[in-house]
Amino acid sequence: MPGRKGRDLRLLQGNECCAEAAILAGCTFFAGYPITPSTEIAEILSEKLPQVGGHFIQMEDEIASIAAVIGASLTGAKSMTATSGPGFSLKQENIGFASFTEIPCVIVNVQRTGPSTGLPTAPAQADLMQARWGTHGDHPIVALYPSTVPEVFDLTVKAFNISERLRVPVILLMDEVVGHMREKVEIPHVSDIEIINRPRPDVPPEKYLPYAAGPDGVPPMAPFGTGYRWHVTGLYHDETGFPTTAAPNADRQMKRLYAKIESAAEEITFTSEESLDDAEIVVVACGITARSARRGVRLARERGIKAGMLQLKTIWPFPYGIIGDIAGRVEKIIVAEMNMGQLIGEVERAACGKCEVVGYSRVDGEPIAPAEIVAKIEEV
Amino acid sequence: MAVPVDNYLRNQFMPHMWCPGCGHGIVLGAVLRAIGRLDLPKDEVCIVSGIGCASRAPGYLDFNTVHTTHGRALAFATGIKLARPDLHVIVLTGDGDASAIGGNHLIHAARRNMGITTVMFNNSIYGMTNGQYSPMTPKGRYASTAPYGNVERNFDMCELVKAAGGNYVARATTAHARQLSNYVEHAIQTQGFAFVEAVTQCPTYFGRRNKMGTPVDMIEWFRKNSVNAAAAAKLGPEELDGKIVVGEFYRGDAPEYTQVYEEVIKRAKEAAAR
Ligand SMILES: Cc1ncc(C[n+]2csc(CCOP(=O)(O)OP(=O)(O)O)c2C)c(N)n1
Ligand code: SF4
Ligand SMILES: [Mg+2]
Repeated sequence: MPGRKGRDLRLLQGNECCAEAAILAGCTFFAGYPITPSTEIAEILSEKLPQVGGHFIQMEDEIASIAAVIGASLTGAKSMTATSGPGFSLKQENIGFASFTEIPCVIVNVQRTGPSTGLPTAPAQADLMQARWGTHGDHPIVALYPSTVPEVFDLTVKAFNISERLRVPVILLMDEVVGHMREKVEIPHVSDIEIINRPRPDVPPEKYLPYAAGPDGVPPMAPFGTGYRWHVTGLYHDETGFPTTAAPNADRQMKRLYAKIESAAEEITFTSEESLDDAEIVVVACGITARSARRGVRLARERGIKAGMLQLKTIWPFPYGIIGDIAGRVEKIIVAEMNMGQLIGEVERAACGKCEVVGYSRVDGEPIAPAEIVAKIEEV
Repeated sequence: MAVPVDNYLRNQFMPHMWCPGCGHGIVLGAVLRAIGRLDLPKDEVCIVSGIGCASRAPGYLDFNTVHTTHGRALAFATGIKLARPDLHVIVLTGDGDASAIGGNHLIHAARRNMGITTVMFNNSIYGMTNGQYSPMTPKGRYASTAPYGNVERNFDMCELVKAAGGNYVARATTAHARQLSNYVEHAIQTQGFAFVEAVTQCPTYFGRRNKMGTPVDMIEWFRKNSVNAAAAAKLGPEELDGKIVVGEFYRGDAPEYTQVYEEVIKRAKEAAAR
């Protein structure tokens, strides 16, 4: 598509855009296993990664894919995998490993209707809680959620940057509709893309403590094979990286992992809003539902209803503060989502009874239309 | 030649967690002596393990070490090797880790011919979880989940790896520590996937359940019941029943995965430049 001079305008599918953005974000390693509706990401990266000297491998399953991604990241490579529903379930144990051992990686989950094989491959937004709590045990995680193809670009780059900066697995949740939809997107020039790399040790190997964190709670990470020989384990470990069962250490370790995300919460929380200032009824939504909510709110305004909307681009950590503020000044919050009610629980926690919170769910594999949003706004 | 292994140990963590008489230390010693003879620089060695008693070995070793999740060591190792083909990647794994939960990863690492050396510590039991039967527990043997004797047949992992496409396959026992170490040395020198099965004793669970006596009795039992590959070739299946066939079974020269992928990178860069 011919763009204006100097601008790189393209018509890209969400999955395609995700792959392009990953390369520009510095991704040099991808391991995956085919599953609709995420497969295009793997297909494109199998072509593009070796072109930039990176590596692509199709593993024997999704468990192996995330394992290979974590292994590659240990050597310093920015690494990613992409999957959908059943594959996301399989990855969970090793996502917990990456979270606990603080190995950066990006996991794309292009959601489809579940549980099990579900409605292949109709859209759903029902993996929000799995993105947060899919692996066992307490653990830090970050999840971002685009609603348009340009947002896919932006949030894919951010996913790598956050993962590297905080040494945490970042989940990029996409809707099937966004993954497969084509939209115009402007690809920024490489020099205009902010790239963040994982913190590296500034001490010689004999002084290196692989899990000694600075004030931001993030320990510097030395790539394997660069003279810093350290130990990685999914057992509770102290600053040296070696296992310990000491109770005070376990307490300290878990609390540091949570604190490193909390202290960065502001810089990694992304939202977008529409007519919030004087709104009396606010729709909270993410992904494609946010698009319908935006349109629905505009239509409601035309009918004289003071409606507004808040789109969550970061769903984990959940923006409790932002929603709590909104709850304090509006009459009602409508939570629209393509699941039986996942986001709404968190919104209720955030609203703390300051306003009424009502849900609007759709679980038949069809997206929520703007007219449904208008109808719900009129109903409440 | 005697090779000191102290240099490779994180001695501050001694004593180790293995039971007295456990064979895992003999296997580990054989691995370290092989690394010592090859004089591999410590910074270029990466040891990867799964979960189990055997998989606790890397924590004691002064290399780049990763103690991953149960069964997945080879999948992690695949990512490490592909991203850094110049590293010597060695997987230390238990029989349960490698043949049960991780069996598929083993098959595919061998099929791809990834340049990884795998040493499977085969004590025919799940040691860490207190002695349940594994896919390597011989039929008729007892385990905490086989109180009436194991009814399943056990794997021949050497045959499996050979059939799947590995470039080096060997087996020895803790009664053959020197051969074992030589085999590991040959495995590390192999371009491509190399597999060494180390038959070892778990006196605490397998030994006790099966009335095998002391750890020394168990090693003695391995020695008496082992047949080398050349002799085994002349024996029928009945004569081989209950025997441990030891030796180097296969050496292949199929191209190693990461080297083949370097060619892919070259071709892709040419295509991109056009
Ligand atoms: C996913 C998962 N399932 C089960 C376990 C429990 N588990 C830990 S070690 C182990 C068996 C280890 O046996 P093996 O690999 O033979 O090693 P050994 O302890 O005998 O050296 C099992 C079943 C686990 N840690 N993770
Ligand atoms: S339980 Fe068995 S395998 Fe585990 S350390 Fe003890 S003797 Fe070794
Ligand atoms: Mg075992």
